[in-house]
Amino acid sequence: MATKSEESRPAAAERQPVDEVTIRIAGDSGDGIQLTGTQLTVSSAIAGNDLATLPDYPAEIRAPAGTLPGVSGFQIHFSSHEILTPGDKADVLVAFNPAALKVNLPDLRPGGILIVNKNAFDENALQKAGYESNPLEDGSLQGYRVYAVEITKLTREALKDSGLTFREQDRCKNFFALGMIYWLYSRPLEPTIEWIREKFKARPELAKANEKVLRAGYNYADIARIFQTVYEVPPAKLAPGTYRHVDGNEAVALAMATVARTTGVPVFLGSYPITPASSILHQASKLRAFGVTTFQAEDEIAGIGSSVGAAFAGNIAYTTTSGPGLSLKSEIVGLAVILELPLVIVDVQRGGPSTGLPTKTEQADLLQALWGRHGEAPLPVLAATSPGDCFWMTLEATRIAVKYMTPVLLLTEGYLANGAEPWRVPTLDEIPRIEVKYFDDPSAFRGVYHRDPKTLARPWIKPGTPGLEHRVGGLEKDEMGRVSYVPENHQKMCELRAKKIAGIVDDIPPAKLEEGSLDDDLLVVAWGATYGAVTQAVREERAAGRRVASLHLRYLNPLPRGFEEILRSFDRVLVPELNLGQLEKIIRMEYLIEVEGLHKVQGQPFRVQEIRERIQEMLGA
Amino acid sequence: MATTEVPQYKKKDFASDQEVRWCPGCGDYSILNAVQTVFARLGIPREKFVVVSGIGCSSRFPYYMNTYGMHTVHGRAPGIASGVKLANPDLSVWVVTGDGDALAIGGNHFIHALRRNIDIKILLFNNRIYGLTKGQASPTSPRGKRTASTPFGVLDPPFNPISVALGVGATFVARTVDRFGKHLQEVLERAARHKGSALVEIYQNCVIFNQGAYDYLTDKEGRYEHALYLEHGKPLRFGKDLEKGIRLNRWRPEVVRVDEVGEDELLVHDEKSPSPAEAFLLAQMDYPEFPVPLGVFRDVEAPSLEEEMVHQTEEIRQKTHEDLLDLLRGKNHWEVK
Repeated sequence: MATKSEESRPAAAERQPVDEVTIRIAGDSGDGIQLTGTQLTVSSAIAGNDLATLPDYPAEIRAPAGTLPGVSGFQIHFSSHEILTPGDKADVLVAFNPAALKVNLPDLRPGGILIVNKNAFDENALQKAGYESNPLEDGSLQGYRVYAVEITKLTREALKDSGLTFREQDRCKNFFALGMIYWLYSRPLEPTIEWIREKFKARPELAKANEKVLRAGYNYADIARIFQTVYEVPPAKLAPGTYRHVDGNEAVALAMATVARTTGVPVFLGSYPITPASSILHQASKLRAFGVTTFQAEDEIAGIGSSVGAAFAGNIAYTTTSGPGLSLKSEIVGLAVILELPLVIVDVQRGGPSTGLPTKTEQADLLQALWGRHGEAPLPVLAATSPGDCFWMTLEATRIAVKYMTPVLLLTEGYLANGAEPWRVPTLDEIPRIEVKYFDDPSAFRGVYHRDPKTLARPWIKPGTPGLEHRVGGLEKDEMGRVSYVPENHQKMCELRAKKIAGIVDDIPPAKLEEGSLDDDLLVVAWGATYGAVTQAVREERAAGRRVASLHLRYLNPLPRGFEEILRSFDRVLVPELNLGQLEKIIRMEYLIEVEGLHKVQGQPFRVQEIRERIQEMLGA
Repeated sequence: MATTEVPQYKKKDFASDQEVRWCPGCGDYSILNAVQTVFARLGIPREKFVVVSGIGCSSRFPYYMNTYGMHTVHGRAPGIASGVKLANPDLSVWVVTGDGDALAIGGNHFIHALRRNIDIKILLFNNRIYGLTKGQASPTSPRGKRTASTPFGVLDPPFNPISVALGVGATFVARTVDRFGKHLQEVLERAARHKGSALVEIYQNCVIFNQGAYDYLTDKEGRYEHALYLEHGKPLRFGKDLEKGIRLNRWRPEVVRVDEVGEDELLVHDEKSPSPAEAFLLAQMDYPEFPVPLGVFRDVEAPSLEEEMVHQTEEIRQKTHEDLLDLLRGKNHWEVK
């Protein structure tokens, strides 16, 4: 059978170029939704579109089938121009069952395309989803272009000679829907077929079945002519280079391998599984050949503990976690502060407190990152803005940790961890060199805490170095490294440690406006993964003629130079955050400047529209 | 292969310039003395020792050793030491801990370090009390013990560290006593020579909060009448003239007179037994019903974690040619011109 999309497309279907599209796929958490979404992402990336994704899955691995809490969703926004968010409202919704329809319909734009698996709308499923009548028949979907397709039945038909059980056959149905979408949006089938063949290498019958169903879905859309239009999203104009799609957690792991390779120093990751950070551990554990050793410890505390041990032994050490895990680690973060050892702590923030919304995104660990320790224990805090930025910020956190002999906290978010975007792969000479220097000359030794006059960093001395045997520990020390209870010494050491961290301000980029200029009427200040939504909103508002500027923070401690001056240039400042106003508090506290907050803690990222509406409110129509 | 000459060390080479600040008469002094003596004769360059501790009186230990050392966080030393060892398997890594540090707040790390058979040596100073926090009951305080936190007596039954270690499959498990200097050194040296994780429980006297806790074992009579010195391949005999022994009555050990039953009836110690069951049976023997077994309960060979890690890494490296740029590009990448 011909597979080339161009050849098999009937001339009758109208071809319509579109600039961008947002598709949401939803079903049971066991329906392979995330996998389907990932395939659509890869094929769209290869089609040359810019894109952003938002996986949204329940905390339970297999929540009761057909229920509202069990619905798993994946949203992808791809376009022919630069985009920064996974899209506000979906243009297309694929719902595999009534529960998925019920949960996701509010996010489908009026007049949007709705593809449903008609076979899943039986009485039992409707009841589980809380429908009193069948929405496919009661007229309630009138405002949408509804395509009720017998996906289960058609999948089974395609596989009737496959020898697979019905259960196995039904598990292929996500590929049927994917095939339909590939036809509708002119996506290439080949990357997914290659992936299927690789994935099911050990079970060729499943590889064959999934491939067959993917093609069946594609051909069904083609032959049955259910859609009148084929949409084409032309490639985006991206900067030249090699691209791949990357999610934030993968990007962190890639940075670890990069550090190991470019420094020649072994990298150590001590970690403990926690959603949504675990996949950093999964990805990093594949990188042993690059010089990355991973250790799955017995708990969060031993995770960071082993990393501190490895740092003492001279490795470049990381630990990865999410909010509750950071709480458990905090005592040892304090230890790392007083030992003055390099360590990068990655906190993939999720909804809290406690288990909270473990699979959803939030930015509510900022205050914990800054101050969640006993004693005076300052450390640098960085935040990544996009999945690809997780790579760069991991390198940056590592650079600072090693140069200043300090633990560094890197905040990412569930939204970045699981969200993907096309990422321009750096060439090797674009990768910053991280300089690692061990101290090994006993004749020049002037103390464990004898500091570099410029950075205030202490020397890093590896065990195994003759003549420099020394002890570090949680007790306060004097410059030589001897335990000291001298009152003035403790004050001096506390102040030195604080000064060292504060001094990093001269080694990071000064604050600058992202959009707009200093004489605009309103400044929007944000940090972390809200970058996309905020920037997009400000651009759109500026295009609509409003005088609004934006500034985005990637360094939360120390705050960059010039930030205060920029804040003072504006009469009004808006701080949108996925928390109840944490950066807002910091700005007030640091600068005594009044700012207004926009708070969202729903486990979901900002929609561009939400920020736009607030800007409009503040500036008037 | 070039071998580096290891200097001939003396005990004092392992003493740091720090003033030792344990209470006068504390059992920790003799342990420090023994560890420094043993380190000097192991043939390991001094710069390769790393001594890691948690929190408690015993955990001040690294400060007094002229080696690399880390005084860390309460209970967490085994995890931190594991990181040191995995980061550089060439180092000789020792953990100094106490009964509160290892068995209460650090119980989880203690069992997992032993389970993994990572080559770190855990010296557990067991004084059956919290010293540094001024005399509260510890997980090894006997029932009924009146302490600062249990003025009417301890209600909960104590941990037996040897049984715990055997229960998680530790490959080297031993017990010794602070006051028995020679025995202490012998056991420490055995632990040092063992490949894999090692637990040495050291009965240690706290002069301030639990003075005399081990008098039954360490006084003139006790050291013969209530101590059973384990020797591999030898029948279990004790008493001043080794006139008593242990034999098994079905599954139960019992104390017998050797002249009554004959030596052939006695249980013969086998520290190499693949199953920890026999050692566990010995570990359950305690004063006053039984003599207290001292020495090596178990010493078996098994691959250590860091060795396995090194082998696995070599295998992975041989099988794969890893290129950083290929990794960064991933399987699916495309060019934009």
